[in-house]
Amino acid sequence: MSDRKIRVLLAKLGLDSHTVGVTVIAQSLRDAGMEVVYTGLRQTPDMVVQAAIQEDVDVIGISSLSGAQMQHIPKVLDRLREQEVDDKLVVVGGVIPDEDAESLKAAGVHAVFTMGARTGDIATYIREWWDTQRAQEA
Amino acid sequence: MERDPIVLAERAREGHQASGARLIRMLEEGDAGALDGLRALLPHAGRAHLLGITGPPGAGKSTLVDRVVGELRRRDQRVGVIAVDPSSPFSGGAILGDRVRMQTHATDPEVFIRSMATRGQLGGLARSSFEATTVLDAMGYDVVLIETVGVGQDEVDVVELAHTTAVVSIPGMGDDIQAIKAGILEIGDLFVVNKADLPGADRVAKQLTAMLHLREAPRDGWEPPIVKTEAERARGIPELVDVFESHRDHLESSGSLHRKAVRRRERVFHDLLRERAAARVLAAEPDAGRGVLSALASGELDPYAAVEALLGPDELSASRGVA
Repeated sequence: MSDRKIRVLLAKLGLDSHTVGVTVIAQSLRDAGMEVVYTGLRQTPDMVVQAAIQEDVDVIGISSLSGAQMQHIPKVLDRLREQEVDDKLVVVGGVIPDEDAESLKAAGVHAVFTMGARTGDIATYIREWWDTQRAQEA
Repeated sequence: MERDPIVLAERAREGHQASGARLIRMLEEGDAGALDGLRALLPHAGRAHLLGITGPPGAGKSTLVDRVVGELRRRDQRVGVIAVDPSSPFSGGAILGDRVRMQTHATDPEVFIRSMATRGQLGGLARSSFEATTVLDAMGYDVVLIETVGVGQDEVDVVELAHTTAVVSIPGMGDDIQAIKAGILEIGDLFVVNKADLPGADRVAKQLTAMLHLREAPRDGWEPPIVKTEAERARGIPELVDVFESHRDHLESSGSLHRKAVRRRERVFHDLLRERAAARVLAAEPDAGRGVLSALASGELDPYAAVEALLGPDELSASRGVA
């Protein structure tokens, strides 16, 4: 009896306190059949990585609306490497200038969704990645 | 990452959280080999004190769990937490938000928190809560807290899983303690009146006392205490943890711990047997199974006739041996 569900961690790092976007995304991913672990505000990179490990999520989603993405997100990627966690999709959403988006992707973020993105786009992106992964497994 | 359940079980026992987490995930998904990993862990489980925390939505269960974990850490206990939230009946997805209130321990390596969605299970727990608890137990956590979904009156499965069940209530939920009457009242080994700074807390405590007096005398001599807490301000928490520990001592000295373990084994046995026997019947004749399901959908067969079509009239009318 197989019952596989995509598990997603959603977090906000540092002092960023804008929760509307991340709440909308959480609901949209739930409605797409995913299990969303929401950790709330003021997360540190260590907190995100420990939660991702304990919850064994497939996806780490970081919402950033405060402009501090370059301070925090590369540290999350570093911690993941330190803990030898290499099978998770890392996506970032929020107000991210193009040059930051490029740097984040170069550092290991898989996708960056900025202001123009529709909520459904993120669920679709995650689902397609998941299907590709499963196809490779089979 | 590794997916061999036996290797995962070994590493989990050595304290590797990612391996324990992956094994729980595979158990939750019904992975074919995952039970081998669980069975490898069974001989090492049975040491942890399993604490159930249940109560209506908004009673402050998650905050209470966070504070209890803090107090247990002060007492040098390693702590596992299983926090259950409901799955959407429509999409099958879920938002698991209990961690938001458990941030204090987010980087403590001696605390392992796992959120679980109910996935259609109705009793207030997730479908694989028993298995997940066993994994954390075998990983050496001294206490495993199980926080149920916000419950109403009848979601009492936690009592079969936990050694000690705390029923949390709060003031202001209406007369006659609406939120905790009937089934829920019967399962508490102790009762927590949380948000005790709110008006009406004493009244809730009095009503609980009165209702407990109406309850049949406890068979094993334990009188459920009522503990007032303000989880938000961490008040009443050491007293609460003292009660948890004295209940654990009581279970040991009265022999109830053993009885509970037997009940728990029987429950797991019956659940698994029911699930696998049904799967076997459907797999034995897949065409017949599909035919019955489509006849059921079209209304050609009612559910009783559908079971009869698969098992025959004798099985249907046979008296139900074990529930």
